[in-house]
Amino acid sequence: MSSKILELNKVSKIYGNLKALADINLSVNAGDWLSIMGPSGSGKTTMINIIGCMDTPSTGSVILDGVDISKENAANLTRIRRDKIGLIFQQFHLISYLTAVENVMVAQYYHSMPDESEALEALSKVGLADRANHLPAQLSGGEQQRVCIARALINSPQILLGDEPTGNLDEENEGIVVDIFRRLHDEGVTIIIVTHDPEVGDVAQRKIILEHGRVIDDIDQSATFCKTDGQALKLKAK
Amino acid sequence: MFWHIIMKTLIRQRSKMLMIAFTVILGVSLSTAMMNVMLGVGDKVNRELKVYGANITVRHKDAALMSDLYGLNEGLGVNDKFLHEDDVLKLKSIFWGFNILDFAPILDGRVLMNSSFDVAIMGTWPMKHAVLSTGEELNTGLKSLRTWWDVSGEWLNENDDDYVMTGSILASENHIHVGDKITLKNGGHEKIFTVKGIFNDGGNADSKILMTLSSAQALMNLHGKVSSIEVSALTTPDNDLARKAAQDPRSLSPEEYETWYCTAYVSAICHQIQEVIRDGVAKPVRQVAESEGTILNKTTLLMVLITILSSIGSALAISNLITASVIERSQELGLLKALGAYNWQIALLVLAEVMITGLTGGIIGYFLGIGFAQVIGQTVFGSYIEIAKMVILIVSVILFFVTLIGSIPAIRYLMTLKPTEVLHGK
Repeated sequence: MSSKILELNKVSKIYGNLKALADINLSVNAGDWLSIMGPSGSGKTTMINIIGCMDTPSTGSVILDGVDISKENAANLTRIRRDKIGLIFQQFHLISYLTAVENVMVAQYYHSMPDESEALEALSKVGLADRANHLPAQLSGGEQQRVCIARALINSPQILLGDEPTGNLDEENEGIVVDIFRRLHDEGVTIIIVTHDPEVGDVAQRKIILEHGRVIDDIDQSATFCKTDGQALKLKAK
Repeated sequence: MFWHIIMKTLIRQRSKMLMIAFTVILGVSLSTAMMNVMLGVGDKVNRELKVYGANITVRHKDAALMSDLYGLNEGLGVNDKFLHEDDVLKLKSIFWGFNILDFAPILDGRVLMNSSFDVAIMGTWPMKHAVLSTGEELNTGLKSLRTWWDVSGEWLNENDDDYVMTGSILASENHIHVGDKITLKNGGHEKIFTVKGIFNDGGNADSKILMTLSSAQALMNLHGKVSSIEVSALTTPDNDLARKAAQDPRSLSPEEYETWYCTAYVSAICHQIQEVIRDGVAKPVRQVAESEGTILNKTTLLMVLITILSSIGSALAISNLITASVIERSQELGLLKALGAYNWQIALLVLAEVMITGLTGGIIGYFLGIGFAQVIGQTVFGSYIEIAKMVILIVSVILFFVTLIGSIPAIRYLMTLKPTEVLHGK
């Protein structure tokens, strides 16, 4: 039986009169693949910010790998984020003047120590070994997102958090990225992805639906979850 | 990776970094120029002020007492107290002898002119060339102390014992012209002199006759005697220590005494003069000495203010440029935070970029400032300004703090920058 890696207990986030999250309860086991879906303003990004140690809840507790991060200060949250979380962004957020491998090494630098061979290996895992010395502007959107994934994975995080990771990609690149997620899931990486895209949401093991800051559905997709087909999304799309 | 990011940022943001460097160059060059001028200006301003004449007068102690007590400068008890002419050159042997720029002995007296009326005479070294015991050659004399005199005809030379110069009022009242002969008599001594020049002093001297010291001594039968010595010395403006010493040097502690003695305060120089002139009392000519101090202090204050203002201006300009640069890069810096960089690591990154730019600008600005200082020295004082090494240290400290203070708004912005705000494009 898998151990709990993340637990949200009655988590709320309030901005003035707006309740972005309202009494959220969520439990995630190590190795799970979750997709969080919902319309704009439903609280998806707020939730991922809290899980990613970039924000704190107004009330409730967030237990990450046995540590309550809801009461930690900014410096501790930075340390926890650095050690336990890998972040993937919709807009990639690569540093424009650094090459692909250097972008990966930046994450190493702030975690421990840059190691170019490790960074190259991470790029190789996402199929970009031959593009390691290219600047972001010389890479396609899909390639940039794969560099972003390599950067997120370089420090062996316990949770991979993606905020609309396929939002800026075409269908083909979307498939490639989802394939990478699938492979990572097979390797035991916990993946939590916020997405608008139902096709991407559907390939996850579990789907959480948010609306007005509340969890309105928690769907177990294990039955339809394709563990072996690396072209799952493409097949679904067809 | 740290330096790699910095170097790439410097190259990528070169236009902004060049603006920051340019601002630093302006500020540092101005500060360097002003401080070098400020530190080197003392002697230069003092030399400029030498046109106002002597700033120290040495008299016989009893004559000085009469002057202090009763305001008497002539008459019994004043005119019969003399210094020794052979002591005069000893002025150059004092500790601050190098600061003694010019001096001239004066012998005052009254004689009968053309057998008709009394006239005041003033015997002096009009120009004097001497070789000191140290082998140093010296050119001094009253001509160097009366630069403002308007002379028609010629100045007396060192050995013009048969010539005199007359004051403009005396010449005008008695219709004396250059080339005229006048007879001067005192007791049994009588001599005919030729008027070589007529001077306009603007003061009491315009009613006097100026002659060589030896002529006056012969006429007055006072060989080897002088009434007073006028001294022009480079001095340091008085401070509390100098004022305390001026009251009584014995009130100083040994450390204070050493500091005072080894600083060119007018009181210290007077004290040292008294050590070599027998029975002499040296007194500063307050108007001149205080004017020198006042002008020097005001010049220094002006330059300090310019330095401070230029530093403030640089800090403000740097602040705007760095803040603009950081805001432009907020997404990148927010990303670094999201990847696990602490606030201090981001601040260090930005500070290092700014410090490298500032240092580059500072080095260029320093050498440019030295150039400015020389331009000022040549334009205002007609000579080069000596480069003070301590300016490097002062400018470095100013540069460090100006850059640091200029970076504060940007650092504050960085501290409050939330990755979520910049990475989600909110």
